[in-house]
Amino acid sequence: MSWTRDEMAARAAQELHAGDYVNLGIGLPTLIPAHLPEGSDIMLHAENGILGVGPFPYEDEVDPDLINAGKQTVTVVPGASYFDSATSFAMVRGGHVDVTVLGGMQVAMNGDLANWVVPGALVKGMGGAMDLVSGVERVIVLMEHVTKSGDARLVTACDLPLTGRGMVSRVITDLGVLDVAGTGFEVIELAPGVEYADLVAKTAAPVVDRR
Amino acid sequence: MTLDKLVGTAAAAVADIPDGASLAVGGFGLAGIPWILIEALLEQGASDLTIVSNNCGVDGAGLGLLLEARRISRVTASYVGENKEFARQFRAGELTVELTPQGTLAERLRAGGSGIGAFFTPTGVGTLVAEGGLPWRFEPDGSVAVASPPKEVRTFHGREMVLEESIVTDYALIRAAIADKAGNCRFHAGARNFNPPVAMSGRITIVEAEQVVEVGELDPDAIHLPGIFVKRIVALTPEQASRKDIEKRTTRPRPDDEPRPDDEQGATR
Repeated sequence: MSWTRDEMAARAAQELHAGDYVNLGIGLPTLIPAHLPEGSDIMLHAENGILGVGPFPYEDEVDPDLINAGKQTVTVVPGASYFDSATSFAMVRGGHVDVTVLGGMQVAMNGDLANWVVPGALVKGMGGAMDLVSGVERVIVLMEHVTKSGDARLVTACDLPLTGRGMVSRVITDLGVLDVAGTGFEVIELAPGVEYADLVAKTAAPVVDRR
Repeated sequence: MTLDKLVGTAAAAVADIPDGASLAVGGFGLAGIPWILIEALLEQGASDLTIVSNNCGVDGAGLGLLLEARRISRVTASYVGENKEFARQFRAGELTVELTPQGTLAERLRAGGSGIGAFFTPTGVGTLVAEGGLPWRFEPDGSVAVASPPKEVRTFHGREMVLEESIVTDYALIRAAIADKAGNCRFHAGARNFNPPVAMSGRITIVEAEQVVEVGELDPDAIHLPGIFVKRIVALTPEQASRKDIEKRTTRPRPDDEPRPDDEQGATR
């Protein structure tokens, strides 16, 4: 047993608190808003220039000019604002965004993140990921614990090209929640039914039990 | 000299763009891109273009059209994943591509338009962006012909930061929701995105406006881009103004399942 993708997103949603300005990356993190409690008072930032992203629109509300950073049509919540891309990244780089939850390919025990170059594929670009990782106060990575071929994603040192150095503080996977601790990972929580030894075996870095 | 910057047609607005020109182009994905100016430039025929834009359109739309016609030789962008022809030309060594972090790109444009030569930013420190080695152009055999150079890194306020050069382009193409004839612009929702910094970076900035109003009709408090950054305005026809598209149409059902008429515009791409 382990967490499903939706359960991982629900666990990540618990990391967000009222009053937080939050940027959610593409992929798994886009599942998080569905798990935020009604009226949770969390302002979602989309780096293409929206603060206060709301749910997907009803069919007759769709506006081609109103999309999120994943290019999906969205709505805005009361209190939202629009701005240009330079201002948007002033928010990111300037440390004004409190939390970002990003997808990942590898996280190292020192907090390095690799999530923008798919091995063997043509480089598509880093988009806003490097800005988010280097600018946002708290960087949380939401990803499967191992790759499709079973290789560890939590490692002593990333071998994929880095998105940022030493910036990740917490990793949420299908197996549990781990904090980056410099010389290893600290297990904060295990997903229901997951054996601690199994998590350790699937982590290619020292692991300390802090449950 | 007059403050009336209205140009009769998109064709006239882009007529003097020469081969080898550099252009900054507004938009994010397909939101806020200058559809009509890009099509006019395709018609006009200028080639060997250097493009600075967050994305490079998709197959068959936006900058993708110029790409398919082999008019673009160099692109600076942050994400180019939505375009197969782009990938093919990059991989085949036909296109030079400088990938730059999105916030760095926006700031390079803003800074260029602001008379700033370069700036230090934490984004990209410890990565290929700062250390060099990002492939810019491939050989036909797939090996790297040109890679990005390493950049200067210095410490400010206790943090390592990398030196990034600003961008000034010969032309800039943007799209606005409303412009007055003096070039003051307003944008709609998420279509603002890169348009203001792009407009600032261009020596000659051309705006296509979904609606053009007389000077004085826009409240000075409500202007997003002051007209000083705009040289030429093209007034779109209602049909041109409605020319928009959606990359990922995502909706949710109405709780009451009330039937709605189909929305023809914005088919999923």
